[in-house]
Amino acid sequence: MDLSWLSLADANTRWVMTGSVLLGVAAGVLGAFALLRRRSLMGDTLAHAALPGIAIAFLVTGSKSIGPMLIGAAVAGVLGTLTLSMITRYSKIKEDTAMAIVLTVYFGVGIMLLNIIQRMPGGNQSGLDKFLFGQAASLVGSDVQVMVVIAAILCLTVLLLFKEFKLLAFDQGFGSMLGVPVGWLDHLLNLMIVLAIVIGLESVGVVLMAAMLITPAISARYWTDRLSAMVLLSGLFGALSGVLGTLASQLGPRMPTGPLIVLAATGLFLVSLLLAPRRGLLSRLVRFATTRRRLIRERTLRAIYELAEEAGEASAAFTSAELERRRGIPVRVAEPALAALRREERVEGGPGGWRLTVGGLREGHRLVREERLFEVFLMHEAELGGHMVDRDGRGPVFPPDMVAELEVLLRLHELEPRLQPGTSLEGGL
Amino acid sequence: MDLYIPLSIIAIGALVAASAGMVGSFLILRRMAMLGDAISHAVLPGIAIAFLVTHTRAAPAMIIGAALFGLITAWLVQTLQRSGVQEDAGMGVTFTALFALGVVLISLFAGRVHLDLDHVLYGEIAYAPWDQWIVAGWNLGPRALWTMGAIFLIDLAVIGLFFKELKICAFDPNTAAALGINVTLFHYLLMSLVSITTVGAFDSVGAILVVAMLVVPGATAYLLTERLSVMLVLAGVQGVLSSLLGYLLARWTDSSIAAAMSTVSGLLFALAFLFAPGTGVVSRILHRRRLASE
Repeated sequence: MDLSWLSLADANTRWVMTGSVLLGVAAGVLGAFALLRRRSLMGDTLAHAALPGIAIAFLVTGSKSIGPMLIGAAVAGVLGTLTLSMITRYSKIKEDTAMAIVLTVYFGVGIMLLNIIQRMPGGNQSGLDKFLFGQAASLVGSDVQVMVVIAAILCLTVLLLFKEFKLLAFDQGFGSMLGVPVGWLDHLLNLMIVLAIVIGLESVGVVLMAAMLITPAISARYWTDRLSAMVLLSGLFGALSGVLGTLASQLGPRMPTGPLIVLAATGLFLVSLLLAPRRGLLSRLVRFATTRRRLIRERTLRAIYELAEEAGEASAAFTSAELERRRGIPVRVAEPALAALRREERVEGGPGGWRLTVGGLREGHRLVREERLFEVFLMHEAELGGHMVDRDGRGPVFPPDMVAELEVLLRLHELEPRLQPGTSLEGGL
Repeated sequence: MDLYIPLSIIAIGALVAASAGMVGSFLILRRMAMLGDAISHAVLPGIAIAFLVTHTRAAPAMIIGAALFGLITAWLVQTLQRSGVQEDAGMGVTFTALFALGVVLISLFAGRVHLDLDHVLYGEIAYAPWDQWIVAGWNLGPRALWTMGAIFLIDLAVIGLFFKELKICAFDPNTAAALGINVTLFHYLLMSLVSITTVGAFDSVGAILVVAMLVVPGATAYLLTERLSVMLVLAGVQGVLSSLLGYLLARWTDSSIAAAMSTVSGLLFALAFLFAPGTGVVSRILHRRRLASE
């Protein structure tokens, strides 16, 4: 297999790679803020809205270089955001519909202008056409130089205004109270998104630019709760998508770079969705299974304790069929729990009958007492008025003075667990 | 014979716009306007796969393939949302990924099947009259007219039959659930309508501009009335007007008919935005001035 492409010996590939990485970083960093502002689809809207600006820039200057395109796209993008906010402000149309209107109408106008350019003498539209789907392979050195400058400006701005953007993302009301001009910052963020889109138009195109603003950011959100880490990670995921997509496009003659970059970003998203610690699906599944197993174990132990309490002797033995009949724990659920409890030396015996060990009696007493304290708490919640503290889902925890009150109530209701730990287990034999 | 082509184009455009306008009105009310955008992009792999499997551009295979991917999109968006992803972000991830997949599939196999990316993306209604449906020697006219006519009737029938349910689900899903209406079922029913309408419109107006027809007529109608039934009719009327005037604009400027249709649709929306009786920007200014002078 020919692996020479991996060395990036080809100058063109190097430019494509550099361009894709820059795009990934800039879009990733800005996307993080767009995501937190719940503006993920703004990128999609503005990328489409930029089209008429690009077409007009071409009509005016007659050149396909990135400079005029950039200005045209920025102007159209800003006009798009203004239209958007005007529609939502002065009519009952909601933001999602306004976005769809701006997107489609601007894009329609853009396509019309492209058609007109195409029919003009000398207006060969082939150069503009690639902005729709991007053509990373056509990136040249001068394009990449402009991209470097823009990406650097964008990242530097985020770095300098990090605190202000943080306020914008999380609490605008608080921000404006502190005297931060949140309105202007919001416009600035939109303008920066437009600039990032312009970088992306040439490599991934209008349609897929949205992905570069959304996918790395949402992937990064899975790994961290800190904004600074999220922004860094999002930029990193964007860059990595650029690298992977460009490499993949070298595999075959007809592999389009832009869509492959997007698919690489989607791959990173799927990895995050599945494997991220704490938020990932796998870790949530494991957590769910662990909690379920613990709850069944405690329920089984309590059931044996309470049956023994009813029988009046701590050493009474019960079969799993009895647990099902009298305490409603299905046999197939109880049996693995009983096996686990035996390994922990909380119960002893076998299918013929299970009974508590000394340790089991102690833990069973504690669990039953906790549960009954909670029952009493629920009966008298209104009078007690205190707040219980839930310790990471491991059942209720009461403040000490309330426990004393609850214990009095427990005796009043005659709900105290009657089998004290330390009761002779030999008694019944 | 002179009028055959313009009339077929306008008729196809009107059917697209009326169907999309009606279905889109529900999307607007459910605040899911961007889902139309998402679905119209995400059906691309469905179309590509349908081409690869059947090697024809026959409508049924395309519609089934695309409708399937439309429903997959709706399902993925909802599943991601339930697992804690913001709705808009989940939508963005889903449709861009599926669209990218579609572009890759088409780029890889474009040589083998006649499937032109530009055509899929912004369609060309101008060619639609030439693709005629001929059964046993009888020329039944443009195929697209029949496809869109069928889709229009399906949309009309479903909305007519389940008007009350769709209405309650659109305005207040919680009440709908409390009344025993299967909200999920009607959600997917609406998504199916969006998918088949989008796909049917694909061939004539393309992936990107069908979104204009889904959203802009409905939004215009929304500004003009407070009644859902009136809104649906107005959306249809706005769509037909856009089609007619769009065709004229396209002839005048010699540009894409679909793009001109969406431009006209946008202009009609702007008119409603400014002059809608009672709620339009200009109407409100005039009203305020009259009050001030009294």
